[in-house]
Amino acid sequence: MRLRPILAGLFLALALAAPAHAIEPQEQLADPALEHRARELGQELRCLVCQNQSIDDSNADLARDLRTIVRERLTAGDSDDQVLEFVTARYGDYVLLRPPFRTGTLILWFGPVVVLVAAIIALMLRRRRRALAEPAPLSPEESRRLARLLDEEKAP
Amino acid sequence: MRRLLFLLPLLLVAVLAVWIGWLLLSGRDPQALPSALIDKPLPPFTLAALPGRSDGVASTDFGGKPMLLNVFASWCVPCLAEHPVITKLGKEDGISVLAINYKDKPADALAWLKRNGDPYVRIGADADGRAAIDLGVYGVPETFVIDTAGRIRYRHPGPLTPDIVDREIRPLLAELAK
Repeated sequence: MRLRPILAGLFLALALAAPAHAIEPQEQLADPALEHRARELGQELRCLVCQNQSIDDSNADLARDLRTIVRERLTAGDSDDQVLEFVTARYGDYVLLRPPFRTGTLILWFGPVVVLVAAIIALMLRRRRRALAEPAPLSPEESRRLARLLDEEKAP
Repeated sequence: MRRLLFLLPLLLVAVLAVWIGWLLLSGRDPQALPSALIDKPLPPFTLAALPGRSDGVASTDFGGKPMLLNVFASWCVPCLAEHPVITKLGKEDGISVLAINYKDKPADALAWLKRNGDPYVRIGADADGRAAIDLGVYGVPETFVIDTAGRIRYRHPGPLTPDIVDREIRPLLAELAK
């Protein structure tokens, strides 16, 4: 059984496989530089029909229309930011797969860091409190019990 | 006191469960997106009439009184489902409902209107869907409430139900008509 080369070939093919795009040949721009920018932008924009894919990855009609619009704006000489603005003016921040940095999105950006730092501080405080806490002296009742236990151990 | 501290995680989970339960049972569509155009004027558009009609619809047709703008297509099944609700608003409540016929074949649209009734004051054909994109439409049907100054005040993505009309659209229209 020469399974190993077959498997190696299969894994190599999988590793080399590029992510599938939904962009059709006739949509692409002739200018490779513009097309490259259009691809970069397409990865940033959410397909609103499927909601978890970028417009480049989606076969939805609306995604194709938005890809066309991105290319039209770029051809008309818009900057990348202007294109993103054009789309967010119509569909809101939700259309951006990377949420923008705003007062309303601060929790989104810093929430996890704040929770992590709070947890680390809490753990450190706990440790210090433990290290500092001297064991309380035994009460008379406890001393008697301890003596009794020790005696029992000696007895047999 | 220390014991109570151990109950804290349980309490947190209980709060989370109540919150999630409330979200699930409130009947809210988690995929429905808010419109980016609320309180903004309608984006300018001019759409031609369906063949054999003389109306068409333009952004300048709005204003003066509160109106509804409904985006529909003959190929869209939820549009058929909401059609009686739209018809009731137009015919019984006397509200001007204007329509954008989204990415439709004109003949199909006309046949659909003949079959299901035409409650619309004006209809414009948005063959390439660009006017709809300017409005932030991401699926048909969608319904907008436009105020007396021609501003978008409300958007409902998806089919209208009698419940949504009673709870949200009628009160808003009444308020805007003042």
